[in-house]
Amino acid sequence: MATRQSDVVQRMGRNFDSLVGWIDARFPMTKLIREHATEYYASKNFNVWYGFGVLATVVLVMQIVTGIFLTMNYKPAAEEAFASVEYIMRDVEWGWLLRYLHSTGASAFFIVVYLHMFRGLMYGSYKKPRELVWLIGMAIYLCLMAEAFFGYLLPWGNMSYWGAQVIVSLFGAIPWIGEGLAEWIRGDFYISDITLNRFFAFHVIAVPLMLVLLVVVHIMALHEVGSNNPDGIEIKEHKDENGKPIDGVAFHPYHTSKDLVIILVFFIIFAAVVFFAPEMGGYFLEHANFEPADPLVTPEHIAPVWYFTPFYSILKAVPNELLGVILMGTSVMLPIFLPWLDRCRVKSIRYRSNVYKFALFCFAVSFIVLGYVGLQPPTPQYALIARIFSAVYFAFFLLMPFYTKDEKTKPVPTRVTK
Amino acid sequence: MKALLRALALALSLSLMPGMSTAQHEGEYEQPHNDVGDTESLQRGARYFVNYCLGCHSAQYVRYNRVAEGLGITEEELTENLMFTGERPFDTMTIAMRPEDADRWFGVEPPDMSLLARSKGTDYIYSFLHGFYASSERPTGVDNIVLPGTAMPHVLWELQGVNDAVFSTDASGAEHFEHFEPGIPGELSREDFDAVVRDIVNFLDYISEPMQLERRALGLRVIAFLLLFLVLAYLLKREIWSDVK
Repeated sequence: MATRQSDVVQRMGRNFDSLVGWIDARFPMTKLIREHATEYYASKNFNVWYGFGVLATVVLVMQIVTGIFLTMNYKPAAEEAFASVEYIMRDVEWGWLLRYLHSTGASAFFIVVYLHMFRGLMYGSYKKPRELVWLIGMAIYLCLMAEAFFGYLLPWGNMSYWGAQVIVSLFGAIPWIGEGLAEWIRGDFYISDITLNRFFAFHVIAVPLMLVLLVVVHIMALHEVGSNNPDGIEIKEHKDENGKPIDGVAFHPYHTSKDLVIILVFFIIFAAVVFFAPEMGGYFLEHANFEPADPLVTPEHIAPVWYFTPFYSILKAVPNELLGVILMGTSVMLPIFLPWLDRCRVKSIRYRSNVYKFALFCFAVSFIVLGYVGLQPPTPQYALIARIFSAVYFAFFLLMPFYTKDEKTKPVPTRVTK
Repeated sequence: MKALLRALALALSLSLMPGMSTAQHEGEYEQPHNDVGDTESLQRGARYFVNYCLGCHSAQYVRYNRVAEGLGITEEELTENLMFTGERPFDTMTIAMRPEDADRWFGVEPPDMSLLARSKGTDYIYSFLHGFYASSERPTGVDNIVLPGTAMPHVLWELQGVNDAVFSTDASGAEHFEHFEPGIPGELSREDFDAVVRDIVNFLDYISEPMQLERRALGLRVIAFLLLFLVLAYLLKREIWSDVK
């Protein structure tokens, strides 16, 4: 009996091996699994900051899957959009869960991406040889902003409507071509059914396609150069006799098992919001957006969703509209140049000067303060605060070549520490 | 480094803190302290709603049979007590008044009630329904302290009576509301009227998000499952990493 069972297992194993062999002769399956999982070595001293990349991937997948199911019941027409969202919330089986996962997922996406980017700033992940990883990442971030902006119009609530109106009209500030450009984007003289239709096309096809493609390229570029680590040193420089980095452990099963723990912690926090505070006090779902779009009635206070407010504050801080638009655009683009603005050779904040630590601290504070101010109704006091912290934000980037030139760094270890 | 993390965590918790909303004017309005889990209150609220509100205000996304479900009543009880104009149970709570008529009669189309509790807040509705006072300047004979110049008549006047509002005038000549004084008495005592309004608010809260009790109940189970999964995942991670020095 026992021998017969092991026979069966053996035969199944042989069949499986021959199936894998058949595929491998035609597609590099085993090779890909080795290169990207079982023989991709990443530093063993990753801390929590190294979990946000995988979280961003998880959220992306969740947004795509929930988005597909929402699309099955959503109607991208001005007359029907708002009602179709309520139909999803009330009449579609589990529709409310899909919608809350998607709306909370949008905010969660930005939270994990901002923390993922901040990790890059702390540990110098944008520096040689990872400049392209950083640039592709910035392209992902810009796509994400576009995706969020297009998606925000779709519920066709009054805040959706007026938010889109305000943002699109910013293009009107560009001299000569501005008005025509804004009209071209809207496809109409104001935000209308036509605008909604094309934003839907961008939100469900064009931008997600770009996002997925860029994420694949981001990971390919990363796996080519290898992951950074909290010490900011290259683990490839110390390999054992088999050519495996001594300080690295295989992505699978080591990092995957660690990432699973991180993902579950994230999901617990995420579920707490989805099930107990899906509106998040009006930050994730704004109160004014529970009223249908009305071109004749403006909400009493129009502000973008929280993840855009740091840049919105910079726009508001400048009295001249055109200059404001230019500075806002610049503030979004500036991180692209980090690999060349930062002249310090030491990557990790652990071994960098107090000057850089202070600069990074000021940057983080300015980003958060600008974000907060952007959510508040405009007052002269807030305008002053926004101006001060806009200056801090720009100074962090523009003065970087100077304060990082001759940094007093600490000695960098050759092997990773704790 | 530690300080940085702390600052970031603090800022994150600040920026995510609920209740700092600008749209809802927290503190300005009286809290109804309603409980969507109180089925009897919902049943009373539904009856007041169809009797006093549904003449002019639709709840166009709300289905009658979904209401019955939340109220814990059968479809027969539903048709007998809450449906008077020949709708079918799966119909939504629409009204017969045409928008253009509403515009002619009131100067404004009465807003739909499906989502009012989410767009304006339950405290707003509770205060609004308490906010009527006699005013000779308005065609309806009443004005409202929460929404001055409202086109809505004091529908609940038989129950509450009609209050008089006392205003004080400051040095610049601007009027400030002080308090209400009882005018024409109503059928109900103050406490009983508060309870009626609370029931209506409770019903509006319920229809604004009919799945909210279900959502919270499911949330507890989901989080309990995730916590259990987390323990197992952590043990797995510890086992796998045990050979890493």
